[in-house]
Amino acid sequence: MTTTEDTAVSPPPRAAITPRNLRTDSWMRGPILTVVGITIWVVYATFRVFYQGDYWVPDYHYLTPFYSPCVSEGCIPDSAHFGRFLPDSPLIPYAAVSLPFLLAFRLTCYYYRKAYYRSFWLSPPACAVPDGHAKYTGETRFPLVGQNLHRYFFYAAFLISVINTYDAILAFHSPEGFGFGLGNLVLLANVVLLWCYTFGCHSCRHVMGGRLKHFSKHPIRYRLWTISSALNNRHMMWAWITLASLALTDFYVMSVAAGWIDDLRFVN
Amino acid sequence: MSESLNDVEHLACDVLIIGAGGAGLRAAVEARLAGKSVIVISKSLFGKAHTVMAEGGAAAAMGNVNSKDSWQVHFRDTMRGGKFLNNYRMAELHAQEAPARIWELETYGALFDRTPDGKISQRNFGGHEYPRLAHVGDRTGLELIRTLQQKLVSLQQDDEAAGEGEEKLQVIDETTVTELFVEGGAVKGAFGYRRNTGRFMAIAAPSIVLATGGIGRSFKVTSNSWEYTGDGHALALRAGASLINMEFIQFHPTGMVWPPSVRGILVTESVRGDGGVLKNSEGKRFMFDYIPEVFKAQYADNPDEGDRWYTDPDTNRRPPELLPRDEVARAINSEVKAGRGSEHGGVYLDIASRRSAEYIRKKLPSMYHQFKELADVDITVEPMEVGPTCHYIMGGIEVDAETTVSKVEGLFAAGEVSGGMHGSNRLGGNSLSDLLVFGKRAGEYAAERASTVEPPKLTDAELTAAAADALRPFENDGENPFELQAAMQAINGRLVGIIRRSGELEEALEELEALRPRIEAVSATGGRAYNPGWHLALDLRNMLLCSIATAKAALERDESRGGHTREDAPGLDPQWRKTNLVAELDGESIALRRQPVPTMTPELLGLFETTELAKYMTPEEYQASSTEEGQEESE
Amino acid sequence: MSTRTFQVWRGDADGGDFDEYDVEVNEGEVILDVVHRIQAEQAPDLAVRWNCKAGKCGSCSAEVNGMPRLMCMTRMNLFEESETVTITPLRTFPVVRDLVTDVSFNYEKAREMPAFRPPADVKPGEYRMSQVDVERSQEFRKCIECFLCQNTCHVVRDHEDNKEPFSGPRLFIRAAELDMHPLDDRDDRRDQAQDEQGLGYCNITKCCTEVCPEHIHITDNAIIPMKERIAGDRYDPLVWLGRKIFRKGKRPEDTTAAQTKTE
Repeated sequence: MTTTEDTAVSPPPRAAITPRNLRTDSWMRGPILTVVGITIWVVYATFRVFYQGDYWVPDYHYLTPFYSPCVSEGCIPDSAHFGRFLPDSPLIPYAAVSLPFLLAFRLTCYYYRKAYYRSFWLSPPACAVPDGHAKYTGETRFPLVGQNLHRYFFYAAFLISVINTYDAILAFHSPEGFGFGLGNLVLLANVVLLWCYTFGCHSCRHVMGGRLKHFSKHPIRYRLWTISSALNNRHMMWAWITLASLALTDFYVMSVAAGWIDDLRFVN
Repeated sequence: MSESLNDVEHLACDVLIIGAGGAGLRAAVEARLAGKSVIVISKSLFGKAHTVMAEGGAAAAMGNVNSKDSWQVHFRDTMRGGKFLNNYRMAELHAQEAPARIWELETYGALFDRTPDGKISQRNFGGHEYPRLAHVGDRTGLELIRTLQQKLVSLQQDDEAAGEGEEKLQVIDETTVTELFVEGGAVKGAFGYRRNTGRFMAIAAPSIVLATGGIGRSFKVTSNSWEYTGDGHALALRAGASLINMEFIQFHPTGMVWPPSVRGILVTESVRGDGGVLKNSEGKRFMFDYIPEVFKAQYADNPDEGDRWYTDPDTNRRPPELLPRDEVARAINSEVKAGRGSEHGGVYLDIASRRSAEYIRKKLPSMYHQFKELADVDITVEPMEVGPTCHYIMGGIEVDAETTVSKVEGLFAAGEVSGGMHGSNRLGGNSLSDLLVFGKRAGEYAAERASTVEPPKLTDAELTAAAADALRPFENDGENPFELQAAMQAINGRLVGIIRRSGELEEALEELEALRPRIEAVSATGGRAYNPGWHLALDLRNMLLCSIATAKAALERDESRGGHTREDAPGLDPQWRKTNLVAELDGESIALRRQPVPTMTPELLGLFETTELAKYMTPEEYQASSTEEGQEESE
Repeated sequence: MSTRTFQVWRGDADGGDFDEYDVEVNEGEVILDVVHRIQAEQAPDLAVRWNCKAGKCGSCSAEVNGMPRLMCMTRMNLFEESETVTITPLRTFPVVRDLVTDVSFNYEKAREMPAFRPPADVKPGEYRMSQVDVERSQEFRKCIECFLCQNTCHVVRDHEDNKEPFSGPRLFIRAAELDMHPLDDRDDRRDQAQDEQGLGYCNITKCCTEVCPEHIHITDNAIIPMKERIAGDRYDPLVWLGRKIFRKGKRPEDTTAAQTKTE
């Protein structure tokens, strides 16, 4: 053992520095922005999910991702690509089979965990700034041990991203048959960004190849892992961009569906 | 409090190792594996030793990249690099055993860079005929020290699992040894203090391995850390051992020169090995003008051939940027003196215009990082400014090649603190392999000796005297140790540097002697717990002793060879090639004597062309048909 | 050149306070230069731990303006000329004196970490590994053991009682290094990480990565991959369900360890 001389009974004292933190930069900025950003999004998303209207543009088959897949008996039949089996109730969102998983996927996402632990939970608010709590057990016990389920929510989110992609393809539609408008670009961009977030997810990176011990024996999975890792490098960026793109896509579909604006059409 | 502070902590072990760098840790592994109880004393924290600074790699003729490589070629390169002043037997053992020492590290968990077929990759380096340096990017020293550190921990875990006590293998960190105890011509223990508390410690041991590294801190511009105060050299001298080749100090050609606070910090030779070239302020690639006669056959005389060598080393000669370090350092020195230096007194090392940014970041990550963070220079875009920096001392404790034992019984030495192996100049990459090869041997033979002798006893009188000695700075009323250190660094840098003259060396000796009473009177203020002023006060006398040995030997040797350049005696002198200078302590002062260099066996001589030997040796040396027995190949 | 003001914490286990020093600062200098100048000119007994002064040994860890940093890699031009800069010892470890702390916590944790186990049937010199297979572990071996990550991690920085169950980021990258080592012969690295090292305490708030002077992606490349590997071993809901239904009484890691072996 490395013997560094014992100086006192346990625990030996740390340096008695009076100020609890000495950072001179604006370390509060990050947590504040996170709280503001996430709060605004949650308020908007909650309103939209329970609004149960203006989610479908019949002419162009635009379906907002907040209502996909639309499986409530309250759904407009054309918008329900996967059947309508949930009872129609103001308390049950139309996409109640996907939303809980999407929520759980983002809640257990390694980036969002960092974001909300730091901002909402102050544990810690910033590096070298004291934790806002006296006791700390991390993710060792219920309920936070559940964060380990991230991978399984990832599988669900992966399927939902497939459905969103399917929605975006079906939306190349007009009363004349094929159609193409600004809404398609919005839906498409949103789907591409969602894939960037989903494919760069830490769990995806693990599944693609991170779990392997010998990359050299699995060249294709190594390649997939490399791509996933490249996206993963910017996971925080994708996390915020997709929050924005989801809300903007939804808002665009809502605006068109409610007739506040007309979709800019390029073909039909 | 003061009573307990003066209590001396008593420890004992079979093998005491002073120094926790590569050589010390390798010795510890070997001694523990031999079943001995081992204590390792580390001047800084465990795993921080100067070995981490080694960047390029560890030279070993594994032949992974070029299968023509063999220990004979490695031996030949080492002798050439050392200008045939090397202890040939050490160079031979080193070349033969280095591959096994590297492979062993893999079994401890080291992860070297790989070749496409999964073997350890090897890179080119100055003075090595084939790609020979096992490496991990440019942080090979760190890999080595971490691997050995972790091996020590694993041995401790094995002991624990086997129910052995913790005293079987201890690392005592942040502790400095101030004195060795000798009785009847054999060592029997050491005395030191823990930095944290300032409390004293005495360790009785029949075998002591010195692995304390070098003396670079005595120079102003140096790549060495504060620890490099020549402790081992001085302890050995005071214990009665001899130092050899102390005039030979390697100035690494490429240290940072700007900003001033980082002056001296190393820029790895791999920059040149991987394609970097040296240019002067006129943009000229000047090394082609500095190829010495003895190396003309192996180095390209035009840039085109030099550039082709990187991809086709078999039919082209290597670029002169990869000449041995002494040659490159002197060339840079001359360019700067001729007024063709860079803005801050160095020359330009340019890899940006020769390799892609991605390649540079991949191959030289820590250089990229170092320049970016310390000098605000992006080496993928701009050239670096570099100049010579004190890097390594070839000289050191005179040891037996096989057993590493010094003149004093039971006192072994390995790594930079030992002398002879590298002759007058060390090749890059040979120090990491040196410390593995001879570290292992030191551990092995130290353990062997410990089996044959009785555990020694230390007397109270010895301890009291050593303690009084260590505490003297607190009672003194002299100067601040930092000022004295700066004064000594200035003397060495100005007068015993890369280019030397007899008048200046005499001056240096006078000035160093004048420092002696000031250093004896140096004072420390404050308490004993973690007091850097006190620590330095105690280190100063070691630095002084080494500095005087170096200056004396440099004055005596009136020729230029390897890491010793005399402006008033240029060129190699074949007579001097046969002579080593040995320094011993005579009372308070250093006494020098001449001693013949061991003669190479005919088998080894046969590895060289006669025309090459003729450049270094007198005709009777290489023509004489010696009757010595052929060497057995060990391992 | 300019004169600037520094607040340096001085003291020991019995207490201490800030001392103010006005120090000359030259172009291109780093905090460690300033500390050395204070030592040489004003306070020879100012305790500071340092070695290489080139960011390679990881000795001179301290906190500058409250941020954990290597003093040798903190350039003075980071600060305004009029700014008073505070230099304090690492907060998480017991103080020895002034800027020096007792970092033995880290060595004790390293001592508990099972070492690399070489494959029994491969002789020295016969190790064959692909570069792509060693690269992940090599990233973690860049670690210079400055212990800034250990110091910053709030799990132990703010909760002394967690020092017992929690090994910290330095040791998590060691666990990942060995779990990803192509030839390590142990297969219990994950259990070790979860049960012995307390990987579950980490809430991935990434301060370790933020302060790492070697820019090792501690969280993304070591901690999270280890959490994911453990999630596969232990928290797979299907395996859990299977156990509930069939009541085999087998521990989940036994079954999944066998599965991952066949990857």
